[in-house]
Amino acid sequence: MIEIDSITKRYGETAVVDSVSMTIAPHTITVIVGTSGSGKTTLMRMINRLVEPTSGTILIDGADNRSIPGYELRRRIGYAIQGHGLFPHRTVAENIATVPTLLGWEKSRIAAKVKELLSLFQLDPAAFGPRYPHELSGGQQQRVGVARALAAEPNILLMDEPFGALDPVIRAKAQDDLLAIQKHFGTTIVLVTHDMEEAFHLADRIAVMDKGRIVQYAAPEEMLVNPATDFVETLIGAGERPFRLLSIGAVAEAAEAGEAEGEPIAATSSQRDALSALLWSGREALPVVGADGARLGRVTLAGLARRAARPQ
Amino acid sequence: MKRLLPNLLRLAALLVLIAFLVQPALFEPLLKPLVQANAPAVYNQGSLLSLTLSHLATVFAATLAATIVAVGLAILVTRPIGAEFLPLSRSLVNIGQTFPPVAVLALAVPAVGFGEKPTLIALFLYGLLPIFENAMTGLSTLPPAITEAARGTGMTAWQRLTRVELPLALPVILAGIRLSVVISLATATIGSTVAAKTLGEVIIAGLQSNNLAFVLQGGLVVAVLAVLIYDTFSALERVLSRRAGRI
Ligand SMILES: Nc1ncnc2c1ncn2[C@@H]1O[C@H](COP(=O)(O)OP(=O)(O)OP(=O)(O)O)[C@@H](O)[C@H]1O
Ligand SMILES: [Mg+2]
Repeated sequence: MIEIDSITKRYGETAVVDSVSMTIAPHTITVIVGTSGSGKTTLMRMINRLVEPTSGTILIDGADNRSIPGYELRRRIGYAIQGHGLFPHRTVAENIATVPTLLGWEKSRIAAKVKELLSLFQLDPAAFGPRYPHELSGGQQQRVGVARALAAEPNILLMDEPFGALDPVIRAKAQDDLLAIQKHFGTTIVLVTHDMEEAFHLADRIAVMDKGRIVQYAAPEEMLVNPATDFVETLIGAGERPFRLLSIGAVAEAAEAGEAEGEPIAATSSQRDALSALLWSGREALPVVGADGARLGRVTLAGLARRAARPQ
Repeated sequence: MKRLLPNLLRLAALLVLIAFLVQPALFEPLLKPLVQANAPAVYNQGSLLSLTLSHLATVFAATLAATIVAVGLAILVTRPIGAEFLPLSRSLVNIGQTFPPVAVLALAVPAVGFGEKPTLIALFLYGLLPIFENAMTGLSTLPPAITEAARGTGMTAWQRLTRVELPLALPVILAGIRLSVVISLATATIGSTVAAKTLGEVIIAGLQSNNLAFVLQGGLVVAVLAVLIYDTFSALERVLSRRAGRI
């Protein structure tokens, strides 16, 4: 649990983060969105004390984050920096091993972890481990940056626009991997993004920042239905609302009893993907299958249309 | 392939230099035309090899000391606590550079006597500036994303310095050391005026006896050493900066 209590950061006269308070529940993904320069990075960096606040406190699992030395705090909190920040003089494997090495892990354990993470992010350990960062593409560098943040299995993970440089296919894969990692380890994730699609796909809660303040901090559904201000509404994109609503829910929740013909849809896909599949195949209904391939019923156009409508 | 020819030339220069230092007599026919009938064409007042080695030793010692002090100062003034020493350090180092080495020799002799010591002092002072300036540049122009990442991963100030900042600044620091070494190689010759064992002896002996061959030998040995050392450093810098992803 991260409890942020009226935290303020001033540079000279201007408050770039202006008495922000928010509580981030453990084992959840909180996504911070907002315009460029609204203070997202600064807010995030005050959690791991890369930036010291002008006033206010941050409690992590009940303890003030100033109660231990900054470097110790930062070894416990994964941080994927905006624009990867890989060490150019160290190989990919050494970069990923940074925090485990600082923590004094055994060599074999570090090697296994590096291998595991590289495979997870679709980078062949034998080919990429010994390379230097400048021998990687931008998207590959970014994935290594995220892998480095994850290496010591931190309870809290701060990610500053971690998937910005990825192509749509790898980005979708990286997002799903992140969700899987989060489920597996129960990591508390705070993630900054400019991509609303990404925000709605990943977030348990979304915080919208504007000029150093949080203008709304709510669950995605809530934000869609009741945007706090015009700014939030613009940011969400009014025309996108029904589709965002569908992208939050899984097909399993929309499954109805009955049979249908056609290419089955996985129960874990989003309802938005199901809608696409229905529209593209020109069918009224498609079968839903579980991970084991068992039929769980069907999903219908009419059912999704009801779900996409503004909740009453 | 592009580097093959220059490297062959360097290798040839090195071999000729070694041959000359070990067996100077072999080169007598070449130098003979430069001297009057009875004068010796090859330096005969001591071993050229041992003069060269002590010349190199003097330069090495002075540069080592200058490197330790200059890099140490640069590290200090690029830390938050040392930032206020920056102007002072700059002036000190600048004075070291602007004060002529000859004058340093003249002042140092009464204090420390004749021999290697005054030369070491002069070379040390003269060599500080390029190393300091380059180390400053190297340490203060690191990409912020990288220094922030070093903090973000939980490195202590010392770990950041030794594991990230110094390794990344190394190519630039080496460039400073390279300049300093080359300046010192040439400047060390004047140490012979205060009885330091350097190749200056050969040149001075030549000047005193009006022996052009001596002057040329002393000068050429210093010049070839300087070129070879310069190129070695440059190659090292290239390797390191490629490694650091700076090119
Ligand atoms: N060290 C600093 N000194 C002065 N001003 C700063 C400093 N760091 C950030 N700022 C200012 O604070 C504001 C917020 O910066 P921040 O990096 O938190 O924005 P951001 O929301 O992350 O933006 P982006 O989406 O572009 O990354 C900006 O106006 C920035 O110029
Ligand atoms: Mg930012």
